[in-house]
Amino acid sequence: MPRSQKIALALMAAFFLLAPLVLYPVFLMKAMCFALFACAFNLLIGFGGLLSFGHAMFLGTAGYAAAHAAKVWGFPPEFAILFGTACAALLGLVTGLLAIRRQGIYFAMTTLALAQMIYFYYLQAAFTGGEDGIQAVPRGMLFGFIDLSNVWAMYGTVFVIFMGGFLLVYRTIHSPFGQVLKAIRENEQRALSLGYDVNRYKMLAYMLSATLAGLAGSTKALVFQLASLTDVHWSMSGEVVLMTLLGGLGTVFGPVVGAFIVITMENYLAQLGAWVTISQGVIFVICVLAFRRGVVGEIGNFLKKPL
Amino acid sequence: MTEIFGVPTQALFGQLLIGLINGSFYALLSLGLAVIFGLLNIINFTHGAQYMMGAFVAYLLGSKLGLGYWWSLLLVPPIVGATGMLIERLMLSKLYKLDHLYGLLLTFGLALIIQGLFRNEFGTSGLPFSMPAELSGGRNLGFMFLPNYRGWVIVASLVICLGTWFVIEKTKLGSYLRAATENPALVQAFGINVPRMITLTYGFGVALAALAGVMAAPIYQVSPQMGADLIIVVFAVVVIGGMGSILGSILTGFGLGIVEGLTKVFYPEASNTVIFVIMAIVLAAKPAGLFGTQK
Amino acid sequence: MKLKRTLLAVAIAAMAGTVNAQISDGVIKIGVMNDMASLYVDIAGPGSVVAARMAVEDFGAAQKGMKVEIISADHQNKPDVGSQIANQWFDVDKVDAIFDVPTSSVALAIAEIAKKKGKAFINSGAASSDLTGKACSPNTIHWTYDTWMLANGTGSAIVKTGGDTWFFITADYAFGHALERDTEAVVLKGGGKVLGKVRHPLNAQDFSSFLLQAQASKAKVIGLANAGGDTINSIKQASEFGITKGGQSLAGMLVFISDIHGLGLEKAQGLIFTETFYWDLNDQTRAWTKRFLAASKGTKYPTMVQAGVYASVLHYLKAVEAGKTDDGTRTIAQMKAMPTDDPLFGKGSIRKDGRKLHPAYLVEVKKPSESKGPYDYYKVRATIPADQAFRPEKDGGCNL
Repeated sequence: MPRSQKIALALMAAFFLLAPLVLYPVFLMKAMCFALFACAFNLLIGFGGLLSFGHAMFLGTAGYAAAHAAKVWGFPPEFAILFGTACAALLGLVTGLLAIRRQGIYFAMTTLALAQMIYFYYLQAAFTGGEDGIQAVPRGMLFGFIDLSNVWAMYGTVFVIFMGGFLLVYRTIHSPFGQVLKAIRENEQRALSLGYDVNRYKMLAYMLSATLAGLAGSTKALVFQLASLTDVHWSMSGEVVLMTLLGGLGTVFGPVVGAFIVITMENYLAQLGAWVTISQGVIFVICVLAFRRGVVGEIGNFLKKPL
Repeated sequence: MTEIFGVPTQALFGQLLIGLINGSFYALLSLGLAVIFGLLNIINFTHGAQYMMGAFVAYLLGSKLGLGYWWSLLLVPPIVGATGMLIERLMLSKLYKLDHLYGLLLTFGLALIIQGLFRNEFGTSGLPFSMPAELSGGRNLGFMFLPNYRGWVIVASLVICLGTWFVIEKTKLGSYLRAATENPALVQAFGINVPRMITLTYGFGVALAALAGVMAAPIYQVSPQMGADLIIVVFAVVVIGGMGSILGSILTGFGLGIVEGLTKVFYPEASNTVIFVIMAIVLAAKPAGLFGTQK
Repeated sequence: MKLKRTLLAVAIAAMAGTVNAQISDGVIKIGVMNDMASLYVDIAGPGSVVAARMAVEDFGAAQKGMKVEIISADHQNKPDVGSQIANQWFDVDKVDAIFDVPTSSVALAIAEIAKKKGKAFINSGAASSDLTGKACSPNTIHWTYDTWMLANGTGSAIVKTGGDTWFFITADYAFGHALERDTEAVVLKGGGKVLGKVRHPLNAQDFSSFLLQAQASKAKVIGLANAGGDTINSIKQASEFGITKGGQSLAGMLVFISDIHGLGLEKAQGLIFTETFYWDLNDQTRAWTKRFLAASKGTKYPTMVQAGVYASVLHYLKAVEAGKTDDGTRTIAQMKAMPTDDPLFGKGSIRKDGRKLHPAYLVEVKKPSESKGPYDYYKVRATIPADQAFRPEKDGGCNL
């Protein structure tokens, strides 16, 4: 790990450890869940060159699965999270087999359409409670003895999950697997001619991304003690694209910064009403036209260090 | 009475016809997307918002200037098309050298802005829009009651779709267009102003969306979110048809409308998902789409 | 500046003496949370904030030496956003009571939070009857309407007036199913028959094929167990297929005056549904509406949800005054103990399970020729008395 990234990592960890002293812990937990979600998404677009416009399906599926497991089946939180994550992974396998056959724009449209189908399914399915969602999900006792209804215990858990997920993404990017993925992104034909089974690599990246998005979704369901249609809707898929784009596509820390900014906007612009979506749209346009490296990418470029 | 799978044949014919009407909208919208994609290689995510703008501009022409439906039909497409050309000149044209995904992201952002602004201005309950007097009422076809307006929608969209197909595939202008898609540099070298052609093409695609919006206004809710969900279905239509041919996108649009109509009879609960299921099947069997070629 | 304001608040509190003895930090802080930008902006939105402000004024808070502050936020129809704002309002901003919240998923989430933190939650905008049923709480009051009341009001009144055969067009998800189930029960109870039903997916755009099935069933009444854009599209297309002209009538389950405005009378005429407030009911409602229009500087007439926010804020403040505390749990109990009285819903009461009781009105949309002015849209066909309008307490499954 280059020194610049070590410093950034330490800064990030320190921030999330100290911030709850000043900022509202529920807000920070939400930011961490979305940061993990965005990191998972970035793994696919930033390093695999695949733009998924349906990532909400993994976030939402895991949320519903975890909430249902914890509430109806009485799963302890660690198993509820695992179960949710596993469901997202499975969905990743099925949708991946279909979507991975197309590239570029087609891949984006295919994932969007598949996610919309999943959305309609959850809307109609009885166990999701339709518009009401699954409410009052118990947080339970982690490993049987940590009471997650305590906000600090929950905060610690989310922090550990987030850091774990983040480091896993980091490891993946810098592994030989990650290098091949980048090679495919840069020139698929060439990677193919070098003898790499391109589709298998893409498929693995897609599933890993789905799994981590699921981890974020299940954790979020426990934090807020609810799972609802919001997390499966296409606008959520759009939001995670925005987070990653704003933070910096293909940077390590970009998605975290992007997620933090977007969540902050959503939270503090809440008073302004209609302007939330409009400002999101404006940020999209500005990022695409003039600011394609994103916040972290620009900083990295300025410092001439990878971030 | 004869029945097919427990449904009276008469009702079946009715539903088939209705499916064709829905198909008209899918065909118009996917045609617009295909035309834009053909030359610009951009998936126009703003298409749904531009469809919505069509309906709203028609409403505004009616309520502010007192212009009726027919004037709207004539004036709205060029008006909304012109805003599209502005977007192309000011923004999209800066992206042609980049990955096509940026075009998708830009138009997605624009869709959020346009829909947000209209919501701010008009709220979300929708606006009243009356049926043109000449087309209200309907006729009894024996097997169903067909409102005149629906009949008009089918005829109009067929004419427009086939007209577009004819221009692109059979005329000189169309041949320039197709050539520019293949090799813009070469066409430029022949003295044809390719950037202007691209601008006009985008404007034309947007105008098609706006036209669909005007046609939808008397029968669908006129509200800022009217195009937001529709566009995703149209994307699925486009994936099924493949972007390869103009005719392909027209046929898929009408065809899927009919399939959706039939689902509404046999298993209405699935009528929203049926197109996506078909998309999954097509992708598994023929990844390039029904009429597409693998690039 | 801040210090000055605090001093002023302290001074007012001191002057008010005993009244404010139990008011936390000397200020009664009201949070109006709803949808400011998307689906429900017209039925709730900024209009609800205006209504809340009017209630504070009419209550005469300033004259009584009580300091009342109103803040508002947009929950964007996302339960996580809403629950986070609620947490923050209660913990950091010292909000004492949250009002409105028109999205069911958000409302249920906030009801949980209010219960946990012992705060007050008075809902006006949400439809889910679970708020006073399965999910009832000693900290929640549900003011304006709910799904059971809509289904029951519309169903029973129509059957009584001869509409005894029904066909349902139902949105295929929990909300639509609940509306259909509740309406069907009343129709059958009143001796009517259900000839058929069809389930359509949410946001179905085109309803013609469902309408054709309804038309073929020859049912006298077509019940629209859906909401928002789906209802509007059904009504628009029903008029196109000449359904009402053919003698069948349409019954809406969840329709607001803003929807009628969006449809226009030409298309909406003859539609029957239930509301608990209409601006043109009596002199008091007309006078209030005039002030509402002036205060909101707009042309959008008040909906029943906005009226509910006004009435509930007014009653809340009365309860705070009477109970001499702004403690959430105790104030809710006080609100239930006191009879309600306001110019919009008249005299009423709040049941133990949190259900506010008031009369409901079965209305029919006027023909364009009958309408004499802006928003002159309804004919009131029947009044359902308060004790019959809402679900009986024993059927709700609330264990309070």
